[in-house]
Amino acid sequence: MRMMSVMPLRLALMALVLVLGQMQAHAVRPDEVLADPALEQRARDLSAVLRCMVCQNQSIDDSDAELARDLRVLVRERLVAGDSNAEVIEFVVSRYGEFVLLKPKFNPRNAVLWATPAILLGIGGVVLLYTVRRRRKRVQPAALTDEESAALQKMLQERE
Amino acid sequence: MVEIGHYALVLAFALALVQSTLPLYGARTDDNRLMAVAGPVTIAGFLLIALSFAALVGAYLVSDFSVKNVWENSHSLKPLLFKFSGTWGNHEGSMLLWVLILSFFGALVALFGRNLPPSLRANVLSVQGWIGGAFLLFILVTSNPFARLNPAPIEGRDLNPILQDVGLAIHPPLLYLGYVGFSICFSFAVAALIDGRIDAAWARWVRPWTLAAWVFLTGGIAMGSYWAYYELGWGGWWFWDPVENASFMPWLAGTALLHSAIVMEKRAALKIWTILLAILTFSMSLLGTFLVRSGVLTSVHAFASDPDRGVFILAILIFFIGGSLALFALRAPTLSQGGLFHPISREGALVLNNLFLTTATATVLVGTLYPLVIEALTGDKISVGAPFFNMTFGPLMLPLLAAVPFGPLLAWKRGDILAAGQRLMTAFAIALGAVLVTYLFIDGAFVLASLGVGLAFWLMFGSLTDLVLKSGVGKANPRVALKRFTGLPRSVFGTAMAHFGLGMTVLGVVAVTAFETENIVTMKPGETLEVAGYNLRFEGLVPHQGPNYTEEQGRFALLDTSGSQISTVMSAKRFYTARRMPTTEAGIETLGFSQLYVSLGDAAPDGAIIVRVWWKPLITLIWLGTVVMMLGGSMSLLDRRLRVGAPTRKQRAVPSAEVPA
Repeated sequence: MRMMSVMPLRLALMALVLVLGQMQAHAVRPDEVLADPALEQRARDLSAVLRCMVCQNQSIDDSDAELARDLRVLVRERLVAGDSNAEVIEFVVSRYGEFVLLKPKFNPRNAVLWATPAILLGIGGVVLLYTVRRRRKRVQPAALTDEESAALQKMLQERE
Repeated sequence: MVEIGHYALVLAFALALVQSTLPLYGARTDDNRLMAVAGPVTIAGFLLIALSFAALVGAYLVSDFSVKNVWENSHSLKPLLFKFSGTWGNHEGSMLLWVLILSFFGALVALFGRNLPPSLRANVLSVQGWIGGAFLLFILVTSNPFARLNPAPIEGRDLNPILQDVGLAIHPPLLYLGYVGFSICFSFAVAALIDGRIDAAWARWVRPWTLAAWVFLTGGIAMGSYWAYYELGWGGWWFWDPVENASFMPWLAGTALLHSAIVMEKRAALKIWTILLAILTFSMSLLGTFLVRSGVLTSVHAFASDPDRGVFILAILIFFIGGSLALFALRAPTLSQGGLFHPISREGALVLNNLFLTTATATVLVGTLYPLVIEALTGDKISVGAPFFNMTFGPLMLPLLAAVPFGPLLAWKRGDILAAGQRLMTAFAIALGAVLVTYLFIDGAFVLASLGVGLAFWLMFGSLTDLVLKSGVGKANPRVALKRFTGLPRSVFGTAMAHFGLGMTVLGVVAVTAFETENIVTMKPGETLEVAGYNLRFEGLVPHQGPNYTEEQGRFALLDTSGSQISTVMSAKRFYTARRMPTTEAGIETLGFSQLYVSLGDAAPDGAIIVRVWWKPLITLIWLGTVVMMLGGSMSLLDRRLRVGAPTRKQRAVPSAEVPA
């Protein structure tokens, strides 16, 4: 495990994967490719959002691992059987859990995750508007009160 | 020598304790003698850490396997360069490099900061002392690189083959120069909060440090990206991996800081925000260090099972981030607000930039930490990968990129956006032309890709517009224009270059995302594959013996359409004997700004082999763009105004064509 925290880069993380001896093939192999180009493209798109379970943050499309290959083949089998993209995803999630999804689901638990950019941009924008307005009010200084003008007059007279 | 290194490190820790207390106390009690302690102690600390680092490098160079760290990560047959760079290719060594660079920056402030107000200088060096002391203690207690083995093994276990690359010699030092460079901005921010005031010297100092750190971090990230691209063998250049995000977050926050520091320096506005950003940027650096060093990324459980280092860094993290933010909350209200400005103005544009960049930083932060938080809270394991970041980060960047050319064209205080728009008409026409050409003449171009290409051209030509306008090309006669052009402040060139480079990177990203082609084929010797108008002929596999590895080299002849050979592409599968570990060495041929990328898969007994061939159009622009960005940053750094320690020369500076109001 310690090796993995060695380099400030993905490379070191990859190293562990390589150590596990999964470097034998290279992601999609010619024999996996479906004859129908439209179906194959759908398979590639789906593969890009499914995680290779034994890898460090790699999609099954990029991974060389045996498990990733099995999953790629599985996705293609489901597509050939006539599943829709959503059905394939559901099927894979039911087998492997949500961990397999590189794109997290839109659900209440992930609300914070998905809403962060919009909320922050909104809050930031509102705060900015508010600050600008408040500042602009401050630009026009309030007229001096009677007391203040009196004090000012006094000071000016003292200087003379 | 090794024991001397260890001893020097302990001594440096003792000095850091002195550095972190006496000058601070001196500044509180207005005692000049105590404040004066800071300089010599800082420099002595740097020399001691340098000695310690040299001792470790020495142990690596002579392959002293009685040192555990060397035994674990080196091999006597390793090429000399990798013995050297292997010093920081491991946890202990890289932490030592981290504090070396930290103390180096501290020493620079001590050396060149004589014209700073004494209390500011003392406070800054003290805060540096706190950071240095904390990390020195971390190294000494949990990650000692000088631990010995007895009896000493005959041979080392070799460095991870993936790290045996010239990339390791460059990438971490650059990255750390960036990460740690932001510590200076942090120390200045905290010192200002301790003092309770920000003066002109503050802004004049912080901006160049931010620029320098930003330039290094940009280089470090770009270098890492290219290294991953050619080493990992499937041609990806950015993965949104947590470890990458760890370096990307300080870059985003640092870019925001860079821009807000301009406002602060020129207009004395946004003071409090700039202080906060300086704190947040270095906090992101610390967080990155924590994420990478603690092992928490692998799993919350991996962290809990080997908690020594993780808990220690977490404590450092909480102390510095929490402490500085608490100090900020306490002191910020007492700081004076700066100049006023209309929302549509240069300041307003820079504020907009900051809004989008900080939101993007937060998005990456939340995306990176979300799986950890969810696992800790509910036990569920989820993944947040590239699709999430592309869907959130991308849309955040689009409006920002589209707004970039407007910024430099707006006047300070109150700008005229319609006038700026009119001046940008030429750039807009060029961008529109690029969209149409892409859409009509490039196969497979869809609307989004064409618009992306347009955005890139908009950025590039929009940033040139500023130079053209300020030098008066087309209006004044050519000689006057040339004279004005050469007389422009270097920071104006820096801005234009950095934004132009950003456009180049965007163009590379769009081109490779939209127009990349991929072939996965089985090839026998003599067979030919057609890629992007070239023919690639497989010549065969040749075994080869390297110093500490064996490899099978796949040789390919690259032919143009007429059949004449352009070059030979070599792609290999390597096997490192000491670690019994295979790697792939991609074959990459650069053609113009594009690249042909060849990677080998399994070989069949009959001599056929699986080959993946990518055509990556304009991909080199991604990294060339960052190089131009770095040049822009360096150019800005050379601006007369920013040359540290030369404020008196300001009067001689050539007035710029457009004098800011």
